[in-house]
Amino acid sequence: MSFIFDSCVMFFSLVIFFGGGWVFFLKKLFRDYEVQHWVVLLIFSVTFALSCTMFELIIFEILGVLDSSSRYFHWKLELYVTLFTEIVVLPFYIAYFTVSNIQMLPQARYIRVLLTFIAWCGSMYFFWKIGDPFPILSPKHGILSIEQCIGRIGVIGVTIMAVLSGFGAVNYPYTCMSYFVRPVSDADIQSLEKRLMQTMDMIVMKKKRIAMAKRDSLLHSGANKEQRSIWSMVKSFTCTDNVSVLKEETRALEELSRQLFLESVDLHNEQERKEYLKTFKGKYFNLLGHFFSVYCVWKIFMATINIVFDRVGKVDPVTRGIEIAVDYLGIQFDVRFWSQHISFWLVGIIIVTSIRGLLITLTKFFYAIASSKSSNIIVLCLAQIMGMYFVSCVLLMRMNMPIEYRSIITEVLGDLKFNFYHRWFDVIFLISALSSIGFLYIFGHITGIFGHIPYLAALR
Amino acid sequence: MAAIDKVRIVVVGDAGVGKTSLVHLISHNEPISHPYWTIGCSVEVKLHEYKAGTPEEKLYFVELWDVGGWSAHKNSRNIFYNSVHGIVLVHDLTNRKSQQNLRKWLSEILNRDSRSQSDEGEYDAEQFAGSSIPIVVVGTKLDLVQPINEKGNNLRLSSIADECGADEINLDCKHVRHLAAGTSNAVRLSRFFDKVIQHRFHSKDSTVCELYVFV
Repeated sequence: MSFIFDSCVMFFSLVIFFGGGWVFFLKKLFRDYEVQHWVVLLIFSVTFALSCTMFELIIFEILGVLDSSSRYFHWKLELYVTLFTEIVVLPFYIAYFTVSNIQMLPQARYIRVLLTFIAWCGSMYFFWKIGDPFPILSPKHGILSIEQCIGRIGVIGVTIMAVLSGFGAVNYPYTCMSYFVRPVSDADIQSLEKRLMQTMDMIVMKKKRIAMAKRDSLLHSGANKEQRSIWSMVKSFTCTDNVSVLKEETRALEELSRQLFLESVDLHNEQERKEYLKTFKGKYFNLLGHFFSVYCVWKIFMATINIVFDRVGKVDPVTRGIEIAVDYLGIQFDVRFWSQHISFWLVGIIIVTSIRGLLITLTKFFYAIASSKSSNIIVLCLAQIMGMYFVSCVLLMRMNMPIEYRSIITEVLGDLKFNFYHRWFDVIFLISALSSIGFLYIFGHITGIFGHIPYLAALR
Repeated sequence: MAAIDKVRIVVVGDAGVGKTSLVHLISHNEPISHPYWTIGCSVEVKLHEYKAGTPEEKLYFVELWDVGGWSAHKNSRNIFYNSVHGIVLVHDLTNRKSQQNLRKWLSEILNRDSRSQSDEGEYDAEQFAGSSIPIVVVGTKLDLVQPINEKGNNLRLSSIADECGADEINLDCKHVRHLAAGTSNAVRLSRFFDKVIQHRFHSKDSTVCELYVFV
């Protein structure tokens, strides 16, 4: 009886998360696009709902809500459905939409499906190959077991997580902290804009001359059809010569105008940041930024230590904190009670910030690179990344929970070598953080990177 | 060349609707070969005969300022909207949202002078009535819309064209025939240019502003 009740609860929460994903998709992601294929919206919402219910099950595990056997059953069910979506459904649809987009291929339906199937098989093969250099194959399990799939998804997901974390750990303090804001005055912006308009006026002038030259040559060629004198031929020759010179100059000026415009965008952004930091919200986030940057530096430091000393932490921060409190500070309290509550809050905060952080990053990324033709493909790729990210989140979260709560993850996810994933995370995190620092140093600003992607794509 | 007057028309719309292709088609009479995303603003110039075929025929330069549609660049676009004599609103016929966003574009242009622009600035009909800048609404990617509607008769009218009393043109920027001389599109476009020039230079001649609503 309680099993049915538990299933109802899970189903109800699944529906709520599905609705949340649906609304997010329509209001935020597809803000500027019309939804033409509802299957994309459906798949995205389903992936989001499945990931959120997985996190919910972890919270239930900590709080001891619901029957333990039904929790275990739902875990397994979630995992199977998520894996099926990630490995079969999403790649298939990504391949289908990509094939539909390529204009050169014949667009008959059966050909599209056939090509999609071939592409899907290819992606399956690569997916399998990814797992070879990593210690995923263990002799206890066969080839086609769930551990194999999770292992591979885990590798990809952990890589993505580490890259985003490394980048975020460096970028967040940089954007939030006040003494990184360059002083920008109104006069700077005005002088830059004046230069930009002068460049635009020069471009216009040259284009006018080109237009006049073309018109003149048209008139002349019309008039002198009968008399092809040498003089008119020479005149037309120098005319085209002039035109090509003008075109070259125009191209150079247009490139200059693009650079000036991007500089102007940067200056405006800096000024907006300065204004934002004057408000209460800005000051609050500035303060948070200070604390968070200390945390980021500590994290980078710990990642280095872990790698250098080949150390994988055995004790989670909650138990460790309690140990320190009891042993060194002499505070006596009910360990079990507090360990449960603190784990709940810690894990809850991690989950919420991960979800929020990922959704914000995905949205920014989507705005930067999507166009009306590629919007479906990109959003499906983002759904794939989201699914893998959340699965690996669960994997890595195991480290942050006391042993009695880890059991369900260990049981369901099988005999994975969890330590390997933590080491892999540390390595990629460190690489990502260091390269972000290098990138920041060279280019001076990452905040505008999402606005500059069109420019990078437009470089001829 | 110094004797020829000019008018300035700004071409706006969401990113990726086809403004650059449109502007290239209008000014060079051929489709663009490699369209790239517009950063900032790209300008094209067209020589237009005002009131062609009449004794008052005069040559004018029509400057088409094609402004890039990326939302990240919104805060720096204002300088391109100064002293604008005509507006071309471009939307994508396959994407209804781009048409709904035209209101935001119109309000962005009309409110360029106010420093604090909210993101959801809505276009105010009364504001427009005060400025009376000539407008034309262009729908692109006609070839990608269902073939049934290709004749253009059943296409849903854009409400913003109704409200502004603007002409509407639907075409496919990849083929010249949509703007070939003599087609209704070409006639409407040339009429729009005439309206802009008239508004800029000859507004003393006409005391009544003409409002078209065309299907």
